[in-house]
Amino acid sequence: MSTVLRTESLTRVLPGDVPTTLVENIDLEIARGEFVAIMGPSGSGKSSLLYLLGLLDMPTAGQVWLDDTLTTGLSEDHLAHIRLERIGFVFQFHFLLEEFSALDNVMLPMRKLARLTEEEAHDKASELLHTFGLAEQMHKRPSQMSGGQRQRVAVARALANDPQLILADEPSGSLDTHASANVRDILHDLARNQNRAVVAVTHDPTFAQAADRRIFLVDGQLQPPERAAALFEVSVRH
Amino acid sequence: MKLAASIALSHLLSRRRQTLVSLAGIGLGVAFFLAVSALMRGSEQDFMHRLVDNSAHITVYDEFRQAKPQAAELAAAHGAVEIHGVKPETEVRGIRQYKQKLDFVSRLPGLRVAPVLLGQAIFTFAGKDLGAAINGIEPDLMKNVSTIDQYFVSGSLASLHSDPDGIIIGTGLADKFRAKLGDKISVTSPTGLVRVMKIVALFRTGTASYDDGQTFIILKRAQTLLGRPNVANRFILKLDDPARAPVVAGQIERALGYKTQSWQEASEDIMNLVKIRNIIMYSVVAATLIVAAFGIYNVISTVVLEKTRDIAILKSIGFHARDIRRIFLIEGALLGLVGSVLGTGLGLALMAGLARVEVKSPFITTQAFLPIYWGWDQMALAAAFAMGSALVAAYLPARKGGRVRPVDILRGAA
Ligand SMILES: Nc1ncnc2c1ncn2[C@@H]1O[C@H](COP(=O)(O)OP(=O)(O)OP(=O)(O)O)[C@@H](O)[C@H]1O
Ligand SMILES: [Mg+2]
Repeated sequence: MSTVLRTESLTRVLPGDVPTTLVENIDLEIARGEFVAIMGPSGSGKSSLLYLLGLLDMPTAGQVWLDDTLTTGLSEDHLAHIRLERIGFVFQFHFLLEEFSALDNVMLPMRKLARLTEEEAHDKASELLHTFGLAEQMHKRPSQMSGGQRQRVAVARALANDPQLILADEPSGSLDTHASANVRDILHDLARNQNRAVVAVTHDPTFAQAADRRIFLVDGQLQPPERAAALFEVSVRH
Repeated sequence: MKLAASIALSHLLSRRRQTLVSLAGIGLGVAFFLAVSALMRGSEQDFMHRLVDNSAHITVYDEFRQAKPQAAELAAAHGAVEIHGVKPETEVRGIRQYKQKLDFVSRLPGLRVAPVLLGQAIFTFAGKDLGAAINGIEPDLMKNVSTIDQYFVSGSLASLHSDPDGIIIGTGLADKFRAKLGDKISVTSPTGLVRVMKIVALFRTGTASYDDGQTFIILKRAQTLLGRPNVANRFILKLDDPARAPVVAGQIERALGYKTQSWQEASEDIMNLVKIRNIIMYSVVAATLIVAAFGIYNVISTVVLEKTRDIAILKSIGFHARDIRRIFLIEGALLGLVGSVLGTGLGLALMAGLARVEVKSPFITTQAFLPIYWGWDQMALAAAFAMGSALVAAYLPARKGGRVRPVDILRGAA
């Protein structure tokens, strides 16, 4: 099992009059083909951790390795390039460009990376949208689609450059049970059948149940496995 | 680049009304710039043409610029002696040995020259006395160096050949005397000589002082009348290339010693006025474009503000700060470019409209229109200035956009 992502005493403190610790001393290892769910109460630092894992935010202490590359301390442009090539993000609120069609949104990362011709990028984007059952919505703008459809477009966009790491922040947060299950199955399939690492923040125990591993955050701290299992039991019962 | 351009375009198209307003700003700025510049430069050219055509390109006077060095000064060159009150001498006898000098000047390439003896006289007709200048000329040489021939109401310079006692006067003087062509007029010189001369031709230039105050007779007659045989006190020159006048004037002055003035020197204050006028024009016109640039700044700032979410998305996907800056700079450039094109079109229409406006000119009896300069250089200047200010206006918001940190936006939205 090869490690895709590894962190060592990852800490992020927001400076200010009263400095806020978002996450503290996180040691984490995520392997290829693994589907990991991050759980925890609201405000516990789940999103903050995800931004650090996705190289969108810089830690105040500790390190992040991606494929054995130490990313901490790299320039902003360098990090941007790593994100483009190797990381796919799905945000809690389907962040799509409003003026662009679903197809154009999915093509965006491919165009930026510019490894494929315009035609190849077009074919690949429409293929992705097909797999997610969005063939009909291809030329619609985000405002003309349902929440679930938009979230699937966001997933398709995250996959555009074939990243080995997919990070999702409550991808089913604003969806009904059916749409939520749909997105969950897609992520599950990516890990299981395409050998990618998937890390998803979720409040939904059913969603978390599908994951290979569940980790728990409380007040920015990672809970030990037995405590995490207990906490999960509690959340399932509710 | 293509990607950045398509995002830029989508931003501009999504804010159609603001985009149109700022395009109108730039377009009107460019159009006014063109119209004003075309008019100012057209009238300047027209004015300069008239100035150059109607004045001598070079005049040689029977004067010196500096007093002759005094013997004492020559003896003690370094200021042991100081002499006050030395004045340059006026050569009362005119240009000495003018024929040789005229010969020398006329052999210089690319010019024509004519000698003139200029003096004053009192003219008497029907019991009325008026003073005016007498120009003793050689008509065949004079017509090469003067545009006076264009302004004859009747007769011409050559009419002087038909009657050795002929005189040419302006319609201004003729009107004051109520004299007509063919009337005899008596001329009294400062030396007291009186001669009766016949009006053989009349001119009207439209400049009152000239039409009232200048008369022409044959050089020989002038020499006897003014009591200065074999003398001329002015050389009047025309050059093929008027721009060379200062150089040629310097050359002649060094050779002859007499004060030799180019038209540029003679009309220095007018040239300065033209320069000041140009400075005023370009600052006013540049101001309109700067105001238009604020419109662009406004649009792009708003877009950056409204699109911070988009910027965060793009950056989180992996766009660099410079990619984001490029998007907004392209927006500025697009506004500048389209605005310039629209403005140039509108400006050309305005220029065409102005070119149809008729004006009355005292110089020209035929139909005359506002002079318009059609050169492409002013269009290039207007477009370059519009593009430049659009880019500068876009730069600040673009830089701000490039600095957006996606986490800040994501945290804010979550
Ligand atoms: N801009 C900010 N300034 C100060 N504190 C912040 C800021 N953003 C987040 N926080 C704090 O950081 C902590 C972690 O926030 P984070 O968004 O990571 O939590 P979360 O686990 O994702 O919560 P949720 O489940 O509600 O999304 C919270 O206590 C929050 O109040
Ligand atoms: Mg969150």
